[in-house]
Amino acid sequence: MKKFLVVFAVLLLPVGVNAQKKIEKVAVEVDGVCSMCKARIEKASFSEKGVKSASWSVEDHQLTLIYDASKTSIDSIQKKVSLAGHNTPLFKAPEEAYQSLPMCCKYRTVSDH
Amino acid sequence: MCLTVDFNEDKSFLLLNSAYICGMKALFRIILIVLVTPVFSQSTLKGEVVVVENGNESALEGVEIYWLGTTTGTVSKPNGRFEIVAPKLPAQLVFQYLGFETDTITIPNLDAIKHVMRIASAEELDEVVVSKTKASIQKTYFKPRNVVNVSSEELLKAACCNLSESFETNPAIDVNFSDAITGTKQIKMLGLSSPYLLITQENIPMVRGASQAYGLTFTPGPWIESIQITKGSGSVVNGFESITGQINTELFKPLTAQQRYLNIYNALDGRREINLHLNGVLNEKWSAGLFAHANQRTQNNDMNDDGFLDMPTGDQINLLGRLQYTNAQNGWVGFLTLRYLEENKTAGELQQATPNALRSREYWVSTVDTERFDASLKTGYVFPMRTYQSFGFQAAYSSHDQVANFGNRIYNIGHDSFYTNLIFNSIFGNTLNTFKTGISFSYDQFEEEVDVLDFARTDRSAGVFFEYAYNDIDTWSLVVGGRVDKHNRLGTFFTPRLNARYTPWERSALRFSIGQGRKASNIFAENQSLFFTGRTLSIESTGGNFYGLGPERATNYGLSFLQGFSLFNNQGDLTVDFYRTDFIDQVVVDWETAGALRFYNLEGKSFAENLQIELSYELARNLSMRAAFKTYRVETDFKSGRLERPLTPDKRYFANLDYKSTPNEKGQLWRADFTYHYIGLQRLPANIRDGVGARADGYGLINAQLTRVFADNFEVYVGGENLANFRQENPIIAADDPFGQNFDASIIYAPVFGRMAYIGLRWNSKK
Repeated sequence: MKKFLVVFAVLLLPVGVNAQKKIEKVAVEVDGVCSMCKARIEKASFSEKGVKSASWSVEDHQLTLIYDASKTSIDSIQKKVSLAGHNTPLFKAPEEAYQSLPMCCKYRTVSDH
Repeated sequence: MCLTVDFNEDKSFLLLNSAYICGMKALFRIILIVLVTPVFSQSTLKGEVVVVENGNESALEGVEIYWLGTTTGTVSKPNGRFEIVAPKLPAQLVFQYLGFETDTITIPNLDAIKHVMRIASAEELDEVVVSKTKASIQKTYFKPRNVVNVSSEELLKAACCNLSESFETNPAIDVNFSDAITGTKQIKMLGLSSPYLLITQENIPMVRGASQAYGLTFTPGPWIESIQITKGSGSVVNGFESITGQINTELFKPLTAQQRYLNIYNALDGRREINLHLNGVLNEKWSAGLFAHANQRTQNNDMNDDGFLDMPTGDQINLLGRLQYTNAQNGWVGFLTLRYLEENKTAGELQQATPNALRSREYWVSTVDTERFDASLKTGYVFPMRTYQSFGFQAAYSSHDQVANFGNRIYNIGHDSFYTNLIFNSIFGNTLNTFKTGISFSYDQFEEEVDVLDFARTDRSAGVFFEYAYNDIDTWSLVVGGRVDKHNRLGTFFTPRLNARYTPWERSALRFSIGQGRKASNIFAENQSLFFTGRTLSIESTGGNFYGLGPERATNYGLSFLQGFSLFNNQGDLTVDFYRTDFIDQVVVDWETAGALRFYNLEGKSFAENLQIELSYELARNLSMRAAFKTYRVETDFKSGRLERPLTPDKRYFANLDYKSTPNEKGQLWRADFTYHYIGLQRLPANIRDGVGARADGYGLINAQLTRVFADNFEVYVGGENLANFRQENPIIAADDPFGQNFDASIIYAPVFGRMAYIGLRWNSKK
């Protein structure tokens, strides 16, 4: 039993180490349409270092982010998302990125649902 | 019956507990009184809804406000104000508005309220919407494991009444026929019987050890909120025991369940059941629930005139109470669940099937009496700012006591079990890389009496597990897990498991799984049908730890492909699965000599292969169908050579049609459900009637059910099982000489009882 507790404690080590992080949780509205947009928006968010969790809702277009504010900011995450072709409150997606989205993801023309 | 778990500080728990154990009849009376107390309060609750933006408060128009679980609702006016007719308080009020968090708050009295709406966190809104449109059987496209989720709505389609009977409309699980002695339906997955499955209740191992044979009948269907069926290798988090898969049952939670629920069922075979549920919110953090079930059969049935009952008579009382704690502010959640069960079953020769005739040696009679107590505690903590990080702790105690006589054979088993598990969930870097790790401990003490032999034993094991999951969001995901356990009889060993999912194109999922599992061999508890035979038992001991035999160990691997499609604007999906289980160690149960039953360790090969093709399609807006074709190759090297596993059909076909009419303005509608099963050739064990190597022909079974929903809280259903009236002609071999060596009531390959009709009703308090 004692051995197992030791192994368990060792497995938990990585958790104790990240105590100095500054974790923040924010939700922003991001334009998009479907589950393909969801995958793209979340992938773009994760491409920013320091993003812990990113989840975009097809229903209400809210992107919920949990990130380490000592490594990144909500602005730089929004920048990454807009570069993938999706408008955020701070950045409009560049025309080129928007044009490269598949038809079903063209939120400026496709009527919602 | 006394409690050994001590949680004295909580008074409401003690109240529940004493009612439970000491006065079941009184309890039923209390439930009845509460249930029939009419609700007459026509008062109005007033309030306003606001949103805070940049520190300024402003009124919110158009917020949907309704009482949870009811159709009573309103919408806030331009000044944010609302009025709503209140039911009996306390009750839960829901505030819903697109883009804002859906809030459910407990209203204790009629004082005017002011509610502040918050910007939504995406996951929460997602959940609400998904549950509205959920199909009754749901397949997942994104999870790495092959999991089928069965909702409570799907469970309504099954004729009756407990967990073992819940799989009749689901092709992932095969349901066998109840034998004439115990009336219990055994289930199989991937061609292998339930001991090779890990069966859990809210992720606590449940149907195991002494309850292996009848445990599935101890969970009444109306208690079940949903069932998750994992085919193939599952998670290491719940132990090393699962080999072919896992079945997890979620029970209704007091916070979200109907406050009052009543179900009555009556079948022509004499079975009667009643279910009463009572759930309530005690305050902001605590809710409590009480689930009571009773069933009974007093009628003697002998359709085939062999002098033996076709199904046992008897009764069951089953009570479950639970407390739920939820604290959204600090992230703690918890459940405390207690259950007491008592069951008595009598079967055997018709004229004398009374406990008094037991062991008279004149008549063959069997009685199985079971008493069981369960207690479990679950707590979880979610780190509020880091919702991806959480702790979970569960502890469970059960005490199972079975006293059984089968003719002049005795089989008594007592099993005390303690189980605990501590899990930590977190991430590496981000939520694309998650892990679960923890420790578990289990203790099982058995007292077993087989005729004149005593087999007392204790199993102790401690384990540590780690499971890593990677998910790249759209294309692929992977779960790799392992655990190391130290077991007093199995030794110290490592259990690896792997699951992977790849999505080559849209609406598809290709899954692969491989893993190992092992189990202690409980040869008598798992093969209780041997007691209703006159066969001479022999255990060919090799000096192993389990009745002189070894433990069981197998590797399971499989591939599964799921493709969703649209055809004529309707949705469908097609699944192709192939799984194989290879036994490395097995206890072979050899029925291959008439008059004898032998247990020995496997020498050579033993495997089970299963190919399944399943199609689901929405034929019209209100009509959907599901069809499956399954083929099995289950073979074992017996001492007499390699043979198919007895009583295992080579093929099964399945078709289900499901109709639901469009509700009218009063919410009234019809639901109809039709199921066809074809059961293929089955090899029969050697016996004096059929000889050696005989096979039972394939046959079909038809079940149907019709439900009329009179209001959203009241419905009546009628149905029939085995409508084509297919029956096994002579289920009992040598029925005229029940104490002879050739007597055998265990070779059941088809229903013993013919066509059966039933009627039932369901009522709830609308919230």
